[in-house]
Amino acid sequence: MTSQLDYTLVVGLEIHVQLSTRSKLFCGCAVEFGASANSRVCPVCLGMPGVLPVMNRQAYEDSVLVASALNCKIAPFTKWDRKSYYYPDLPKNFQTTQYDLPLSYDGFIEIPIENAGPKRVRITRAHLEEDAGKNLHSSGPFSQVDLNRTGTPLLEIVTEPDLNAPAEVKALAMELQRIVRYLGVSEADMQKGHMRFEPNINLLIRKEGREYKTPITEVKNLNSFRALERSVAFETQRQLDAFCETGKTMVSGSKTTRGWDDGRQVTVLQREKEEAHDYRYFPEPDLLPVEMDAAWLKRIQSRLCELPLQKQTRFVHAYRLSPYDAGVLSADRATADFFEKTVGHGAEPKRVCNLLTQVGLKLANERDCGLVELGLTSRAVADLVLMVTRGEVSASGGNTLLEHMVTSGKRPEVLADELQLLQKSDSAELEIIVDKILQEQDKAVAEVRARGKKAKKAQGFLLGQVMQRTGGQANPQVVSELLAKKLS
Amino acid sequence: MPKELLNLGCKQLVDQISAGQTSSLSATEAVFTAIKARNGEIGAFLALFEAEALAQAQSVDERVAAGNAVGPLAGVPIAVKDNMCMTVGPTTCGSKILEHFHAPYDATVIEKLRAADAVIIGKTNLDEFAMGSSTENSGLKETVNPWDSTRVPGGSSGGSAAAVAGRLCYAALGSDTGGSIRQPASFCGVVGLKPTYGAVSRFGLVAYGSSLDQIGPMTRCVPDSALMMNVIAGHDPKDSTSVDETLAPTIDFLAGLDDPVEGLTIGIVPDLTAGAQPEVRDAVTAAIDLYQSLGAKVVEVALPHAEYAIATYYVIATAEASSNLARYDGVHYGHRTADPKDYTEVYSKSRAEGFGQEVKRRIMLGTYVLSSGYYDAYYLKALKVRNLIRADFDRAFEQCQCIVMPVAPSTAFKRREKTADPLQMYLADVYTISANLAGIPGLSIPCGRGSGQLPIGLQLLGPSFSEATLLRIARMYEHNTDWRMEPPGL
Repeated sequence: MTSQLDYTLVVGLEIHVQLSTRSKLFCGCAVEFGASANSRVCPVCLGMPGVLPVMNRQAYEDSVLVASALNCKIAPFTKWDRKSYYYPDLPKNFQTTQYDLPLSYDGFIEIPIENAGPKRVRITRAHLEEDAGKNLHSSGPFSQVDLNRTGTPLLEIVTEPDLNAPAEVKALAMELQRIVRYLGVSEADMQKGHMRFEPNINLLIRKEGREYKTPITEVKNLNSFRALERSVAFETQRQLDAFCETGKTMVSGSKTTRGWDDGRQVTVLQREKEEAHDYRYFPEPDLLPVEMDAAWLKRIQSRLCELPLQKQTRFVHAYRLSPYDAGVLSADRATADFFEKTVGHGAEPKRVCNLLTQVGLKLANERDCGLVELGLTSRAVADLVLMVTRGEVSASGGNTLLEHMVTSGKRPEVLADELQLLQKSDSAELEIIVDKILQEQDKAVAEVRARGKKAKKAQGFLLGQVMQRTGGQANPQVVSELLAKKLS
Repeated sequence: MPKELLNLGCKQLVDQISAGQTSSLSATEAVFTAIKARNGEIGAFLALFEAEALAQAQSVDERVAAGNAVGPLAGVPIAVKDNMCMTVGPTTCGSKILEHFHAPYDATVIEKLRAADAVIIGKTNLDEFAMGSSTENSGLKETVNPWDSTRVPGGSSGGSAAAVAGRLCYAALGSDTGGSIRQPASFCGVVGLKPTYGAVSRFGLVAYGSSLDQIGPMTRCVPDSALMMNVIAGHDPKDSTSVDETLAPTIDFLAGLDDPVEGLTIGIVPDLTAGAQPEVRDAVTAAIDLYQSLGAKVVEVALPHAEYAIATYYVIATAEASSNLARYDGVHYGHRTADPKDYTEVYSKSRAEGFGQEVKRRIMLGTYVLSSGYYDAYYLKALKVRNLIRADFDRAFEQCQCIVMPVAPSTAFKRREKTADPLQMYLADVYTISANLAGIPGLSIPCGRGSGQLPIGLQLLGPSFSEATLLRIARMYEHNTDWRMEPPGL
């Protein structure tokens, strides 16, 4: 019965992106995943008595860069604030963050929507803050705390509630991942917790000419695209059901916090907002405010680049690629650049795309590296594609050659020779062989000439014979043309 | 001989050690002999590092003997307030919650003292986390005034003041958040300087009120304070609030120290001074007269918002303290309650057991003023008043180079006299607190004796980064008076 209700899903997203700076936000400790517990700590990030923070300028610049890419206004003056709460993974029992003067605000992001143009989602703000450590709960009567992550720079991005479908929420998350990777400010590796999502969800229900808003729930700490999408979908249904059952609507200022149980694929109530903390924000007296002048901002924004979605769209138009192929190529900035460089050497875009996506990216995946780390040069790949275009090697021969170029590091023409993948395209030379085969295979020739049911198969057979005789080195297109001419 | 040796100033001692006329070892031994004889009664120290100090003294002597260069505090026995982190000994802050805490690093000032070849002899008592004006809030020990053991040494740097006055060291470091260097200096008859906020690194100073705290020297004469400033002042990349060279270039505080300030104009605030006890008022008036006799001009200046300073201070300092002291939770270090029921009890019981009354009072005050719904009325309002107080000083310093007023309304009061009434204790900070709110330097110098021969302090306040001038103005007074006598019974 819930399915009959007319409703709109309303979602705003909070995203934490871990910046890939070498050191932490307020001390010199390395930011490193997987190090042994409490080995990447110092008195400052341990919150020892008497320590003071020193801001990591790189982290601030990276944040401003992302905010600029998200079309945000950059604040000329920002400060730091302390957010107080007691938790064992927070050694100072306050988090240093930005409260009322975030470093950026009022922006937007464009996200790709399937079978439609991009959608614009407003960004409320983006600010920088420090991460907490991790509590490790053991089975014994105690817990342990690993403070390696404490003080890691986190960029918190908050969107307006402009998302209206689980797929849109996921699309935004993925687009943001592409953007921060493009800008080179985060690895955005989900497995390592580099991106964490907190959607705020409710429904606008229209019933009997009236509109109802369901109570807002916030799902905490989601760290995969799949969990994000599914939790939003689950909440949609849960809120619909709850509305039908109880008729409860949103109370201003109230918000329930839920967690995602990945095993059961459900959200679980964590706390009602009435139990919410009073964080007692106040300006951090140990840090100076940050003043952003035009010259500094310009220097930071000089690192801006074409964003993935723009690039994808351009690839579709400029190179006549499918949106899918363009998406695959533009997913990674270095791959996209490699593609364009190769095309720049005069290679045919579609062939370059096929070669790179079907072979190059597969090899990169197997080696767990980027396409550009395979040791290929755009020049060599372009030469290979040109060989295919000229018919010197077949398309499948081209694929084989690319694989060998990666393993051997040799030039394509050298490998083509070594592997005998060069096609014979000289029609005079091929004509002699074709004539020979036609003489030998009079039955098949007759079948082709009869133009009956068996003609097509017979012609294929003749082509196969020629290919066999040439050791696979004949250009099948040239052979087919010769056969067609001689058998017409 | 030991007594003469102990009465030397730091500069004289360094000169004699460097010249081989005396040794750091004999000075250090003399200090420990004095400590053994008198610290039992005075109670200035929480920890002593005799073996380390003697070894360091010997090392300095050896380098001198070998003709090697030594630092500006070569071989001088120095005490440090126990709220500065040091890898030697515990860093307790006078609190049970940190009674057994050993810092894994040295504060920047400690590094600087070491680099200057000072001999750090021990850590001195203080009001718990520097919260108090009598050192009676120490959770670990009681310190008395060397001039009269029935009286307090002042606070919170009471241990450092008592140690310097009692000849238990040659100089000491104190910290001043609302008068904690100047007031005990006044009560114990020594020189105390609270530098401009940002002049001395706070890295390693256990925070009480971060925007107010400042480390400074406590010495027996003005040149010794200048010498100490030469060592401890300067930019520290580890302290974002420490000022860089462009704002406060490195200077030699000893250079020109003995030259009187030409055309000196002194500002006075008559209605403020009126609130002090008559003997304090008289001593301050006599000091002003002396300056006039030395050619200084005296002008009246107004500090119209000074009356709000105490209220402002107790909002800002406690707010910052409530946050700064949140980390003492029994989870990572420090006192942890036995057998907690759950992790919430680790917090609540550890803190209830570890903190003393005054600290709890200030944490609660600070938590209250930062709470949602009260922030604007208290904290934000206090920040605005703070700006007005700053502006008062800016205006006043357009007319004069320094402002002269008492350090405290009275001489050292009796032990237990004010412990029952915290508000009375707070109100006694009336003269010192404004300098911390404005961030300006303040200096306390002995200027007389009240009843019972108790020392009276004169306070000089100057614009930001005017320490060198303040020291010269203080030196003019010191040259022409002799209030630096030693306490009776030594």
